[in-house]
Amino acid sequence: MKTFPLLTLLTLIPLLGGGVTLLASSRPKLAHRIALVASLLALAVAALLWAAFDTRQAGWQFVERLAWVPSLGIDYHLGIDGLGLLMVLLSALIVPFAMLASWKIENNPKLHFALMLFLEAGLFGTFTALNFFHWFIYWELGLIPAFFLIKIWGGPRRTRAANQFFIYTLAGSMAMLLAFLAIYAATGLFDFGQLAELARKGGLDNALFAKLGGSFFKSKETLAAVIFLGVFLGFAVKAPLMPFHTWLPSAYAEAPTGTSMLLTGAMSKMGVYGFLRILLPLFPAQMRAMQTPLLCLAVATIVFSAAAALAQRDLKRMVAYSSINHVGYCLLGIFAAVQLTGDTAAWTTEKAAALNGVMLQMFNHGLTASALFYFVGLIEQRSGGLRGLNDFGGLRKAAPVFCGLMGITLFASLGLPGLNGFVSEFLIFKGSLPLVGWAAAVSTLGLLITAIFLLAILQQVFSGPVRNRWAGWKDLTTGERLTIAPVIALMFVFGICPQILIRVANPAALAILKLF
Amino acid sequence: MNSSLDWMIALVPEEIVIVSALAVLVLDFAILRRRTLAGRAAAVGAAACLGCVAAMVWIARGQDYQAGEMLALTPLTQFLKMVLLALTLVVAVISFGARFSRHIGEYFALLLLATAGLMLLISSENLLMIFIALELLSLPLYVLTAFDKSSAASAEAALKYFLFGSVAAAFTLFGISLLYGLTGDLQLGGIAEKLNTQPVEPICYVALVMTLAGFAFKVAAAPMHFWAPDVYEGAPAPIACFIASGSKVASFFVLARIIVDGFGPLRGSAAWEDFRAGWMPLLAVLAVLSMVAGNLAALVQTSVKRLLAYSAIAHGGYALLAFFGNSRQMLPALFFYVITYSLTVLGAFAVVAVVENSGRRDRLADWAGLGRRAPLLSACMFVFMLSLAGIPPLSGFFGKFYVFTAAVAGTPHLGMLWLVIVAVAASAISLYYYLQVLKEIYAAEPAADAKPFRPPHAALLSIALLAGLVIALGCAPGWLLAKLSVVLNTSVFRL
Amino acid sequence: MLAWTIYISLLGAAVLVLLPPESRRAARITALFTALAGLAAALCGAAQYERHVPSGAVADLVNFSWIADLGIHFHLAADGVSITLVLLTGIAAVAGVLFSWNVERRTREFFALYLALIGGVYGVFLSFDLFLLFVFYEIAIIPKYFLIAVWGSTRREYGAMKLALYSLVGSAMVLIGLIAAYVVSGAHSFDLIELAKYPFPVAFQNWAFLLVFVGFAVLAGLWPFHTWAPTGHVAAPTAASMLLAGVVMKLGAYGALRVAMTLFPDGLRTWQNEIALLAVIGIVYGATVALVQRDIKFVIGYSSVSHMGFVLLGLMTLSQIGLSGAVMQMFSHGIIAGLLFAVVGRMVYDRTHTRDLTELQPMNLSALAPFAAVTFVVAGAASMGLPGFSGFIAELQVLAGAWAVFPRLTILAGAGILVGIAFMVRVWIKAFFAENDAKAAPIQIEPISMAERAGAFVLLGTTVLIGLWPGLLLNLITPTLHSPLFQPLWKGGQP
Repeated sequence: MKTFPLLTLLTLIPLLGGGVTLLASSRPKLAHRIALVASLLALAVAALLWAAFDTRQAGWQFVERLAWVPSLGIDYHLGIDGLGLLMVLLSALIVPFAMLASWKIENNPKLHFALMLFLEAGLFGTFTALNFFHWFIYWELGLIPAFFLIKIWGGPRRTRAANQFFIYTLAGSMAMLLAFLAIYAATGLFDFGQLAELARKGGLDNALFAKLGGSFFKSKETLAAVIFLGVFLGFAVKAPLMPFHTWLPSAYAEAPTGTSMLLTGAMSKMGVYGFLRILLPLFPAQMRAMQTPLLCLAVATIVFSAAAALAQRDLKRMVAYSSINHVGYCLLGIFAAVQLTGDTAAWTTEKAAALNGVMLQMFNHGLTASALFYFVGLIEQRSGGLRGLNDFGGLRKAAPVFCGLMGITLFASLGLPGLNGFVSEFLIFKGSLPLVGWAAAVSTLGLLITAIFLLAILQQVFSGPVRNRWAGWKDLTTGERLTIAPVIALMFVFGICPQILIRVANPAALAILKLF
Repeated sequence: MNSSLDWMIALVPEEIVIVSALAVLVLDFAILRRRTLAGRAAAVGAAACLGCVAAMVWIARGQDYQAGEMLALTPLTQFLKMVLLALTLVVAVISFGARFSRHIGEYFALLLLATAGLMLLISSENLLMIFIALELLSLPLYVLTAFDKSSAASAEAALKYFLFGSVAAAFTLFGISLLYGLTGDLQLGGIAEKLNTQPVEPICYVALVMTLAGFAFKVAAAPMHFWAPDVYEGAPAPIACFIASGSKVASFFVLARIIVDGFGPLRGSAAWEDFRAGWMPLLAVLAVLSMVAGNLAALVQTSVKRLLAYSAIAHGGYALLAFFGNSRQMLPALFFYVITYSLTVLGAFAVVAVVENSGRRDRLADWAGLGRRAPLLSACMFVFMLSLAGIPPLSGFFGKFYVFTAAVAGTPHLGMLWLVIVAVAASAISLYYYLQVLKEIYAAEPAADAKPFRPPHAALLSIALLAGLVIALGCAPGWLLAKLSVVLNTSVFRL
Repeated sequence: MLAWTIYISLLGAAVLVLLPPESRRAARITALFTALAGLAAALCGAAQYERHVPSGAVADLVNFSWIADLGIHFHLAADGVSITLVLLTGIAAVAGVLFSWNVERRTREFFALYLALIGGVYGVFLSFDLFLLFVFYEIAIIPKYFLIAVWGSTRREYGAMKLALYSLVGSAMVLIGLIAAYVVSGAHSFDLIELAKYPFPVAFQNWAFLLVFVGFAVLAGLWPFHTWAPTGHVAAPTAASMLLAGVVMKLGAYGALRVAMTLFPDGLRTWQNEIALLAVIGIVYGATVALVQRDIKFVIGYSSVSHMGFVLLGLMTLSQIGLSGAVMQMFSHGIIAGLLFAVVGRMVYDRTHTRDLTELQPMNLSALAPFAAVTFVVAGAASMGLPGFSGFIAELQVLAGAWAVFPRLTILAGAGILVGIAFMVRVWIKAFFAENDAKAAPIQIEPISMAERAGAFVLLGTTVLIGLWPGLLLNLITPTLHSPLFQPLWKGGQP
């Protein structure tokens, strides 16, 4: 049955919108409006997808499949499950949010908003593609607009930050590309589903060794491990996982506010998505074999990034490190879920919990982190460029609404029950503590440290005596309130009624578990 | 038997040419004494041209073919005479603007006498006749080379030419007399028969070497080439034209006749696996030396005339490759090459002549920016240079291609491929120096005091015609090839 | 229809020569119109071919006897491979004219030479008679020389002469091989299809293949005969560099495929491993040397050598997928290299008068010329072989084919890709995105003109189009690789 190609439409809207924005005349705010309209249109389609999504069905929905270059195993293959849907919705929410945050851009706004739209197209494409060929095209499509956004509109050290971001991400992507070329040479397949099928029976390793082994690799395991590392690198840089994270603090700090929101809200989720969608199904044995080192890395990510955030004096950098920390929880959950427990159903609950937690954390963290960056951006605007931790004080008196809403966001990031962050972190720990107890235990340190520095922000920035120069601090304007209100609302909604998300995520989690 | 009257009628073209020579002399001495040089040149030149045209018309209309002891008139010889007369015509047209001598009547007379020598040379059937015709050709040329009395180079060139030429003539005479002694016959046909039946004695080879040495001089093949650069450079440009074109055609023709008809049995072989003494290995050696020496020396020249001289030596080498072809292809390849080459080199030297007449010297630097000052002339030079280099679709390319193919096909098992490799390599290198000339013309900027340049119309017209012919024969060589095969079918060659 | 590409281009060149000298606008418009007409003819021809000849066999366009004596025909024909390259030429020609819109000096001669070169290139891709192919191949040499010598930049006369001589020496090698093949086959025909049917003895094929292949591959940048490429590219003006790297290098690869590989498949098998090794050395060497260059044009020149190594590697795989990749890479690299040279030469060098990375670093080009920066980034991404651009499909196919036959070499080639990424990123950062002193005074440069944007869109659009719909070209190439002409290549193995 031919269904309406909603997913293609979803990706096309921001692409075309970007083109139209570029061609728009230079009337003030025209580009802004066109871009916002395009992103809202995309949001509408995403909402439509959400409504039409059937949570009882476990497999792919809204599938589109066309033969493209059959001789090379390349198909135009789209589809989403619960995970994809969550990510698509997240992206659709974050982009208009980021655009509103960038409303005051004066320097070449056409290009700025067009790049944002192209980035959105890249996001949608990545989360819906099921064949490596166009998945990779969209993956890279996300890279170049981000680079230019940082390079052209960023802070004082933007060039170095942008270059570092670019080189790291590109290196990771190239490793991934080469690994997939090797996989293609061995199996002739580019389709994720078919490759996952092959891997489930252990066929992928065999095929790799049969075609590529021989002169260089003596054992099947070594060869498969090398290919695994290639793909792993691509996602590890993106997520990021320590020690591949060094590009992130500078990039997030130097990027303009809207871009930082996009980077942390949606793009970092591309990395985690890759772990779930590609790495895990294709290389379950390798992930199991390397579980311990991977867990160490995840734990290191959680703890050290939190510690680093604590040591920062720049608010934006603090939030950047905190971002790394939160993504670390996702990776902890994933690595916990690969724990070899045999075929007993007993552990399935824990694993499902962990994976559900991961997916929810991806969504929730996306919202809260981008909101945090939004607020920091507002602070920066009102203070004329300052954003140090010690530059402020007692803002609560001058701008109570501002502080109140930012406080809510901070608490959501902290994981306060009632707000969305709590559910996801709780689920992750619920799942991983029984599975990989030591790792989860050490990770709680991260929770503790996070609490410390987030409260520190509250204290240093909002409480205390008001400095004279901030006496005229303006509170949130109507526009800003309208912008942030939906996000805050969502934080509460998903905190109090997480079933809305779990209903969608759980089938996907179970499906992933079945793969290995 | 052919009576003398028949012969008188058959030889009318030659008679016309000789009579024109005398008439030109009379015209100049008796009638035009008091006119200006330009006027005299025009009148006398016109008379010379008229003579050539008349001779061509007579050949074209008639079919008087006969063969005798001394001379033979066949379709091939008549065709070649047409070509030679056309070449002379062009040389005469170019000489109109010549300012190097006051003795303009003698100039044209000598030119016509040399032409007569050429025509007799083509028709010769008898060794002595060949020698006489050669002398009739050479002596006027020696004098003509010295015609520019204001230039020491001209006199020196003429002296060198004369000395070299005399020595070469001596070689030739020695060889011919040896041949006569061996066979007791002076006629080419008779010599061939006798050598076929007699056992080959070593002294035949001596005769062969002597004769070849003499002819190698005439075609400027290394190592008998040392006269060529000085003569081409020192002689007045129209004379250099003539030596490079007409004289070459006739010399190759006679060389072919003597080698193929006279020394037929002494063929030998120069194939890679099978080296036997004879004229083939000798010609191979000559060819290699000419191609290599000519091209290498041309690479370093700064004078256009010397450059063309060395290139002429090299082209002589390429032409010699035709001798290795099989009986069906040898002569068409040779004549196609030599005819198209002579057209091209005539055009090139004509351009040099025109440029010299306008006051420039022939240093490369003096040609700078010519492309903008004289576009049509430069375009013609472009055609000539590239044709000499062997770039398609010009006639030089097809000529070389045909000669190379004939050489490879002529010997079984690709025996002569080595020689063709040398030739192709040499030809590739030659592009360098032809591009040097073209680079000066088109890429360099003209000197600040350069004046615009008006070549005389008649000369420009004939040069353009030659360029057109070069292009046409390159794009559609089939016409000339067909004509050649027709005339060769009824030729005197016994192959 | 396809043959009109040749005629239109040559006609355009002739028209341009006849225009008055100072008519720049007329010259540009004529040239653009001619290039567009050629492209239109190519597209129509391609569509017709796909509709009427789905089997991929050779479709005759023009065939008449030209020089009957040697069995030479004026035979133009096309199959899928030819048409792919004809399309490449059309697109590159249009883009080149657009990027040369600003040539002020001797505009009409520039475009006349340019169109003559294009006409010659079209001719090579459409010739199915070996003599005719050779003629067009050589015709292309002279315009190249003058384009570089007159309008070029760094050491232009040296670069031009080096290019011309390398090309000519390469074609000399081919000529010898062709003549030898003609003679050995005794077929008295130069027709490609006829000669391909002849079973040449293996001993002959062994050296003939090497000679002809290397002769063509010199122009394709086979290591170690590639040294003309960096010098030539750097010396040439932008449009000539685009054509040189984009199209002319493909002449060599096409010749190697069409002539050497089709006529001598057994000889090919003898040398398969050695040539593949040289190809991979070229890939790695080109990329590595590009990594340390200071002049951007040298970087791209060496990267061209590296990319052509992929073509040659693909040819040596003797598998259908490998050859398909080689042809795709010919097309893809042609477009991408053209784009890279256009940005560096036209957008950057014409404005900043420097191509040195150290000098460009402080200029903050990404802010001054954002269009150039974006175009260069996208072109560089395409050059790296990222999916979404044409290079990915091509390199994927080549590597897939090569893996089956040369696994170790394929890994080396993969390493070459990595180095390729590195040098491109290096150039991006140094030339466009360097950290610079915000206090430095910004230099004034003129904005990117409409013509440049149009040219960039043409090339970018093509590489993205083929990257996303490779079927457009694969539908032409794949059936042809199954056609009878290519059967001998797959002998003994699966395609």
